[in-house]
Amino acid sequence: MTKHFPRPEGSPLMLDWFDGHAVNLSATERRATSLPTRRTVKKEWQAAWLLRAITCIDLTTLAGDDTEGRVQRLCAKARAPVRADLLEALGIEKVTVGAVCVYPTMVAHAVKALEGSGIPVASVATGFPAGLTPLPLRLAEIRYAVEQGAKEIDIVITREHALRGDWAALYDEIRAMREACGAAHMKAILATGDLKTLTNVYKAAMVAMQAGSDFIKTSTGKEDVSATLPVSLTMVRALRDYCGRTGQMVGFKPAGGLRTAKDAMNWLILMKEELGTRFMMPDLFRIGASSMLGDIERQLEHHVTGRYSAANRHALA
Amino acid sequence: MPSIKDIMQTMEYGPAPESNSEVKAWLQARSAGLGHYINGKFTTAEGDLIEVSNPATEEVIGRVAKANAGDVDAAVRAARAALPKWSALSGHERAKYLYAIARHIQKRERFFSVLETMDNGKTIRETRDIDIPLVARHFYHHAGWAELVADEFPNHAPVGVCGQIIPWNFPLLMLAWKVAPALAAGNTVVIKPADLTPMTAYAFAELLSEIGLPPGVVNIVHGDGETGAAIAGHPDVDKVAFTGSTDVGRIIRRQIAGSGKKLSLELGGKSPFIVLEDADLDAAVEGVVDAVWFNQGEVCCAGSRILVQEGIAPRFFEKLKSRMATLRVGDPLDKTMDIGAVVSPKQLARIKGLLATGEAEGATLNLAPVDLPKRGAFCAPGFFTGTAPAHTVSQVEIFGPVATSLTFRTLDEAISLANDTRYGLAASVWSENVNRAIEMAARVKAGVVWINATNLFDAAAPFGGYRESGFGREGGRSGLLEYLTIPADRQGKTRPAPALQPQVVPFTGKAERPDIDVTAKLYIGGKQVRPDGGQSYTVFGKSGQAIGQAGLANRKDVRNAVEAANKATGWGSVTGHNRAQVLYFLAENLSQRRAEFVSALAVTGASPKPEEEVELAIRRAFWYAAQADKFDGAVTATKSRHVTMTVNEPYGTVGVVAADEAPLLSLLSLILPALTLGNRVVAIAAQSHPLVATRLYQVLETSDIPAGVVNLLTGERDVLAKTLAEHDDVAAVWYCGDDEGSRMVEAASAGNLKTTWVDHGRLRDWRDPRQGQGSEFLRRACQLKTIWLPYGE
Repeated sequence: MTKHFPRPEGSPLMLDWFDGHAVNLSATERRATSLPTRRTVKKEWQAAWLLRAITCIDLTTLAGDDTEGRVQRLCAKARAPVRADLLEALGIEKVTVGAVCVYPTMVAHAVKALEGSGIPVASVATGFPAGLTPLPLRLAEIRYAVEQGAKEIDIVITREHALRGDWAALYDEIRAMREACGAAHMKAILATGDLKTLTNVYKAAMVAMQAGSDFIKTSTGKEDVSATLPVSLTMVRALRDYCGRTGQMVGFKPAGGLRTAKDAMNWLILMKEELGTRFMMPDLFRIGASSMLGDIERQLEHHVTGRYSAANRHALA
Repeated sequence: MPSIKDIMQTMEYGPAPESNSEVKAWLQARSAGLGHYINGKFTTAEGDLIEVSNPATEEVIGRVAKANAGDVDAAVRAARAALPKWSALSGHERAKYLYAIARHIQKRERFFSVLETMDNGKTIRETRDIDIPLVARHFYHHAGWAELVADEFPNHAPVGVCGQIIPWNFPLLMLAWKVAPALAAGNTVVIKPADLTPMTAYAFAELLSEIGLPPGVVNIVHGDGETGAAIAGHPDVDKVAFTGSTDVGRIIRRQIAGSGKKLSLELGGKSPFIVLEDADLDAAVEGVVDAVWFNQGEVCCAGSRILVQEGIAPRFFEKLKSRMATLRVGDPLDKTMDIGAVVSPKQLARIKGLLATGEAEGATLNLAPVDLPKRGAFCAPGFFTGTAPAHTVSQVEIFGPVATSLTFRTLDEAISLANDTRYGLAASVWSENVNRAIEMAARVKAGVVWINATNLFDAAAPFGGYRESGFGREGGRSGLLEYLTIPADRQGKTRPAPALQPQVVPFTGKAERPDIDVTAKLYIGGKQVRPDGGQSYTVFGKSGQAIGQAGLANRKDVRNAVEAANKATGWGSVTGHNRAQVLYFLAENLSQRRAEFVSALAVTGASPKPEEEVELAIRRAFWYAAQADKFDGAVTATKSRHVTMTVNEPYGTVGVVAADEAPLLSLLSLILPALTLGNRVVAIAAQSHPLVATRLYQVLETSDIPAGVVNLLTGERDVLAKTLAEHDDVAAVWYCGDDEGSRMVEAASAGNLKTTWVDHGRLRDWRDPRQGQGSEFLRRACQLKTIWLPYGE
């Protein structure tokens, strides 16, 4: 199921892959609205899907008051996201989150705390969240995070390039960032809340993939509007078109605003319906979230006990 | 059962059944048989009962009585008895009942959803998210109309007892579309659900008892086509409303011809789904899912003919095939299914037969790669490629989850292909360019057009077809009008037979001869032409003297006139202001010839006050000129960020048959409203006084009325009326004549299901503006096109 695939290398900037492509808002909204009503999972399937969602979570802390202690706590939760007795009842030996996502200066703490777990550390970089520091500094920040041990880098794009339709500038910038990432996988944050239109989202997604992104990601979590289903639908359709043209497999990461187990289900359904089961695995799908895990734990306990659970029965992140 | 660990790898959906234990218990308790609901009581189910099956499981879920003529009569009598009280209730009182129905539908939404799914085979997702919410919406909306009807429709009254016959594809929703407006307007109802799907109607009757609707206001009888025929044919039914196949629509049209019953028909379709090269293709692909894979394709307005612009066709079909791979077909009570069971094995066999025909004719059938359940009437969804307009499957309604497809090169070609059908129910247009999208919407012949969407419904948005998809609208203001009548329409004395029976042989009696012989020809395509048959008939004045000869038109003259009218397409597309100018000019020129027309009328003896008649004719032309740029459509509030426009479109060619009385005024009273809204007219002049009409040719010519827009024939009224009514290229016929002629026109119209307006031989006082002109004339002169335009970036 999770057969390995070559890392996407991008392509030259191909404007005609998205020039004139218009995304219809109402139609996209209709599809996004009906997706969660057309599909659902119950019982064992629901438990399995919730566990799968956990493996896709980029457990994240991106706060101004982050400290080593805070990051250690998060990493401990990343190693053991579900109580052992629940896992046993579910017939699962081990489950971990997809990655831990922190600021560059926290990477070293996270790497240390996750040693031996196999859980990669992801770092935001490039002047997160606005991305308006000088490009050399942004590239240096990427290199710093990689040196500190980050295996994944979540970069932010310069919204100005997308809003002005300067796709060449956007392409060059992301290319340079990919270069700076080296072996670390790059997730390109489009900050879709700033791009406003779905057509902009589609185009920016296409450019980000052409420039060699391993993942395309919706939001920093700091915009007014974060990940929505219509935006996500637009991005995965761009991803599908790109994959169709190049054969390259690019992952998708919704982030910002996903808080509940139901959100996790909805986005997994989106991935399954629009891209297929392969795209529900953590090498191609991540959810950027911090509070979602707690809700999933409560749902899993309910599945095991039949009783509705409480937050204080599960370890804090 | 697979382990959680395994599922984490396969990421299958697993089963998600909706519980149906309450519904099963409800059915069990009624397993002895379901009777009719007459006068507020359920009858005992007796006689041969019709078995009702769940098409997904093939299990019999109930047995329903079949109403015979006696049962139907009892139901109609109950409805008649309930009518005076119900129609006399204040709108507010009726609104309270409709509100209670809406609320109770919501309170029982799960029960109705599950029952509908078990009865029809459609998925629980659709009954839960679409059918039942729309039912509630319809009753809410019409609770509002009940409240407002007296204010909004002064001078109108309920029609009376309504006989309603509904199909099996949206059983409760179609019931709501019929019952809600009827009750709101103050009518009482006898309704027959389809024999395949009677369950939710039965449960609805229980709901009516629950809310305490007065007995007899709604009567529900069960049965098949025979029962339906008994309802439509019952002499005490005032209005018939039918939704179903075009063939049955035709039968009903013929059956009740001449009865004076009001009729609305919502029939079949073969609606185009047009994808332009600048469309959002992913959106359009999803549109196909909602168009033809919705409700197993058992949708009269399904976008079942996919038309794709050539340049994008390969990509579009590729995407469509990929999308098809994720469709889920199976147990309709499972919440993860896209497609449930077709309504019956018989219907499934019909679909399969058509699919085989399509393949035999050379088309390629692309089916979704699905495993169908072993039991039940399931059909794999799919679409044909390589279909041509000449193929059976391109013309015939498949009524299953399979579309045909064609490619086109230009917009013009798309329109030609889209309109190459007998039907005209709906159309779907996909384009990101608003100029192109709206042009397509304007040119497609369909009662409903969805731009970048499909199968959107709302109680406020009129729904109904052009051409052989029927007539009348459901929803909104125009839907309500189908259940109202103007009482004055039914008054009036009986019109005497035409005074003049055409004689084509020389007349040697008393005659008034002009200085130079006058030749009154026919007026076709802007030219004065001699009658095809080479015959003229003698016309007499009031004292029995011959005053001239008029051409005796025959079938071929009607044919030529219709052809000329159909060519004069420009008239419908000029502005209302342009048409107003022409009509004013007509009045002006008529005024200049006032003396001529006064004397022409005076000599006939058919006009008691010739000066007044000419004056009123001029005034009438002014009145319609005034209306030409004012009788507008509307924008309806439906969904947010949607402009839902209702446009008044001309029919095309309208045939009008004038009366002997007031020969000038009655003729113009029919021609003018049709012209006002952009129709072309083939008019049959008063049989006995044709020489008044023939004088109009020169007025028409000098008034800038383009050639072919008005064509005038003289001759034998009912012979010409019959040819017009039968003509498949005439879209509407208005007939002033006698009772038998009215019956003949209505029966003959069944061929292409043109709309008709006949007066059953009732005289009209043409001088009275309330009878001889007005919005009713204009309403009859146009058909509504509802255009849904979602917006937003």
